[in-house]
Amino acid sequence: MRFKTVIGLEIHVQLSTKTKAFCSCPADVFEMPANTAICPVCTGQPGALPVVNAEMVDYAIKLALALNCKVNEYSRFDRKNYFYPDLPKGYQISQYFYPLAVEGYLDIDVDGTTKRVRIRRLHLEEDAGKLMHEGDSITQAKYSLVDMNRCGVPLVEIVTEPDLSSPREARIFTEKLRSILRYLKISSGDMEKGALRCDANISVVDVEKKVSSNRVEVKNMNSFKFIEKALEYEEQRIKEALVRGENVEKETRGWDLSTKTTVSMRGKEEESDYRYFPEPDIPPVVVSRERIERLRFSLPELPDQKKQRFVQDYGLPEYDASVLTADEWIANFFEVCVELTKKPKETSNWIMTEMLREMKEFESEELKIKPEHIAELIRLVDRGEISIKTAKEIFPEMFRTGKMPGRIVEEKGLKQLSDEHTITEIAKKILEQNPHVVDQYRSGKTNVISFFVGQVMKQTRGTANPKIVNEVLRRLLER
Amino acid sequence: MFQKLTIEDCLEVERRNLVKESLSEIGRVDGVLKSFITVLNEEQIEVNEGPFKAIPIAIKDNIVTKNIRTTCASKILENYVPPYDATVVRKLKKAGFAIVGKTNLDEFAMGSSTERSAFFVTRNPWDLSRVPGGSSGGSATAVASGEVVAALGSDTGGSVRQPAAFCGIVGFKPTYGLVSRYGLVAFASSLDQIGPMTKSVRDAAILMQIIHGKDEFDSTTVDVKMDFLSHIEQGIEGFRFAVPVEVYEYEGLDKEVAERFEECIKLVEKLGGKVEKVKIPTLKYAVATYYVIAPAEASSNLARYDGVKYGLRIEKAGLKETYSVTRTTGFGEEVRRRIMLGTFTLSATYYEAYFNKAQKVRRLLANDLNAVFDRFDAILTPTSPIPAFKIGSITDPLAYYLMDVFTTFANLAGVPALSVPFGFAQGLPVGIQVVGKRFEDPKVLRIGRSIEKFSPYNENGRIPLPVVRT
Ligand SMILES: [Zn+2]
Repeated sequence: MRFKTVIGLEIHVQLSTKTKAFCSCPADVFEMPANTAICPVCTGQPGALPVVNAEMVDYAIKLALALNCKVNEYSRFDRKNYFYPDLPKGYQISQYFYPLAVEGYLDIDVDGTTKRVRIRRLHLEEDAGKLMHEGDSITQAKYSLVDMNRCGVPLVEIVTEPDLSSPREARIFTEKLRSILRYLKISSGDMEKGALRCDANISVVDVEKKVSSNRVEVKNMNSFKFIEKALEYEEQRIKEALVRGENVEKETRGWDLSTKTTVSMRGKEEESDYRYFPEPDIPPVVVSRERIERLRFSLPELPDQKKQRFVQDYGLPEYDASVLTADEWIANFFEVCVELTKKPKETSNWIMTEMLREMKEFESEELKIKPEHIAELIRLVDRGEISIKTAKEIFPEMFRTGKMPGRIVEEKGLKQLSDEHTITEIAKKILEQNPHVVDQYRSGKTNVISFFVGQVMKQTRGTANPKIVNEVLRRLLER
Repeated sequence: MFQKLTIEDCLEVERRNLVKESLSEIGRVDGVLKSFITVLNEEQIEVNEGPFKAIPIAIKDNIVTKNIRTTCASKILENYVPPYDATVVRKLKKAGFAIVGKTNLDEFAMGSSTERSAFFVTRNPWDLSRVPGGSSGGSATAVASGEVVAALGSDTGGSVRQPAAFCGIVGFKPTYGLVSRYGLVAFASSLDQIGPMTKSVRDAAILMQIIHGKDEFDSTTVDVKMDFLSHIEQGIEGFRFAVPVEVYEYEGLDKEVAERFEECIKLVEKLGGKVEKVKIPTLKYAVATYYVIAPAEASSNLARYDGVKYGLRIEKAGLKETYSVTRTTGFGEEVRRRIMLGTFTLSATYYEAYFNKAQKVRRLLANDLNAVFDRFDAILTPTSPIPAFKIGSITDPLAYYLMDVFTTFANLAGVPALSVPFGFAQGLPVGIQVVGKRFEDPKVLRIGRSIEKFSPYNENGRIPLPVVRT
């Protein structure tokens, strides 16, 4: 391999605390009317002071522990100074010199092998507001308006080491992180709503020539798909430049959805000096060992631990276990199902294929499906009352309406015909109507049996139990 | 006579309309003194029930008052009406005090003469051709002249104590963290502290009793409850005092100020105190350290005045130009100078050499002072090396900054410091500074009370006040 890709991520996570980072305004401001969740503190009124939200610190510590970080007993807030209309104080309160946590890692699953991605630091900061530009774009707008609802919403910033070696790994990492956020119930992790934001630093090493490109920062990747797409584009762009022997600018580029390319946002010469210095309005954050241990104790079973347990306790393949545990709701659903069915692998199959597909296709506020549905479905199939094919056919209706599978089968007359006598009567008639095909079979062309199977199924509208149909036909033909 | 009334006097006189008397006094003299940026009319003045009901008080115009314009003496906030009350304002109102107006200051409290107000210069009631000191100059003149009974100021490097000294009243800067800064428009957050400016040490103690304490809106406040009054009359017998030799080494020390200081030392000794000269080596770096840290914090604190949300906005073609023109027009020269200085010392290239080094010196200074307070109850110095100077007479910024030579160290170390009047130099008041250990604020006031009580320049322990003729 001539090229090696090196990617590091900087991820911002909005925490779903009750109140904002430094004031008592609500933190869940998504879709609230502009400038309705604001106060003197988060709008930077003269004289107002920040007060640290303890819940925010707890949430961040939980995340740090879940990411195997070392939580610092002493951390501190600093000011990051820059001018922008969405930043009412003219500085962002962040943690620069002494972050809350450092030196963690997250293991991700890449094609069946485990890859460890190191986490450099994890720190707290506040979100900025939102600008709304009149007209279509910032450059043409006659004016812009500021919505300060988002000002002061608590954020955790996670910085990884450059351990990711492909756009796909970057995507897997971010998805895994979201899974953890949701398990911890500290963030919605919704990229589309901006609750999870990912920036990446990418460079490519030409292994043959032993040269590395400059590092390019990529922003605006606001979905998991776009993380992969944008980085793939960028990776390719850098490789081509290396092949041509061109210099790759050290710059910041943004993913442009309309052109599916990355475009330059600012170059190196425009890098700002943020004039960081310790935030004098907030005393250092001192977290006792006891508090850290109490939070560690309060952590739920996390995806990796759950996955291990699913493999051990249910005998599931690794792959099944990781799909099922990616989402805590699914994992719990699975476990209740297995209680009822006592058949882990079959249950896993139904959930992983039919149910997850339905969940993707049929988005709804409230899911009507219950573990009882899956359990009954499996029972019907096991007892031979319906075929797997029928079970698959009725799955969508069961999922969407919440009707029990037995009732659907009854209403539609889809119950499997397993009565040997009835099947024999039907088969006899078909054999009588097709004597020349019977002759073909008996002269050795045994594969014509499928013709008879098809005919039986046709007459029974597909409800006949294929296993019994086969047995009956064979018996009749070989007599 | 209303002008001479202390808070304690007001509690004893039969209830008369003090608010009206205050407003009439302001009407009589403020055209000349110009203590106030905003004076409320009688209907606007909120009078609440409380032990100090209707006692007129003035608030420095960098402490926010709900629905009352708060300008910081800056064009950039000329029309700013805050949506909330500072914690100290809320506490004073709850105690019954009637806020009659907002007093003049050096723009954003950056100055020592109140000449740097964007609106007008305030005059010293002892000599109208002289400055009242600063930055709380408006509060100092309003109290000294008797326009109000008491006032609040803010002190970042001496801004309560130095004008108190220049105007011959009591000014107290509490321990950092003792009084909430919520609603004090930040100049240098790690140094700023609100303090009382009064006609007696006991009045300062009364105001401290009301305004101190933990505030859930200011996380730098400390959870302590103090009793400022019960020991205030108990004298200083056996107390030990340190006098820094650096005071005598300072070349700019006025001869008559030095004489008053010596007399005060003699008085302290007569009252049973033991005075000893000490060397505090880091003291001579205090002003330099202060003028690195304060502008650095200010450059960040003043970034919010960008014309986007409130205050002055001069709209230009683009964002950058709007920022730039708004801020260049809205801020005065001294404020711009300090923003530039602070921006420079915080820049990545110079952070280590300036800001970080200053932080280190600050810690060393605090350590030095702690060592002094292990052996002594208080440090004594003159508050200012000189008495009030003529308006417009000091133009060199460096000479101007050096006036803070004895005051800034208390802010850097976060320790309590009091200025108490003690006689005159060239007919102008002299202030003696008493600096104590962190959280020994009541002891500092007790020492100040002893000096006030037994000063040969006071009559029955009452400080002399000027008579303003118009
Ligand atoms: Zn708020």
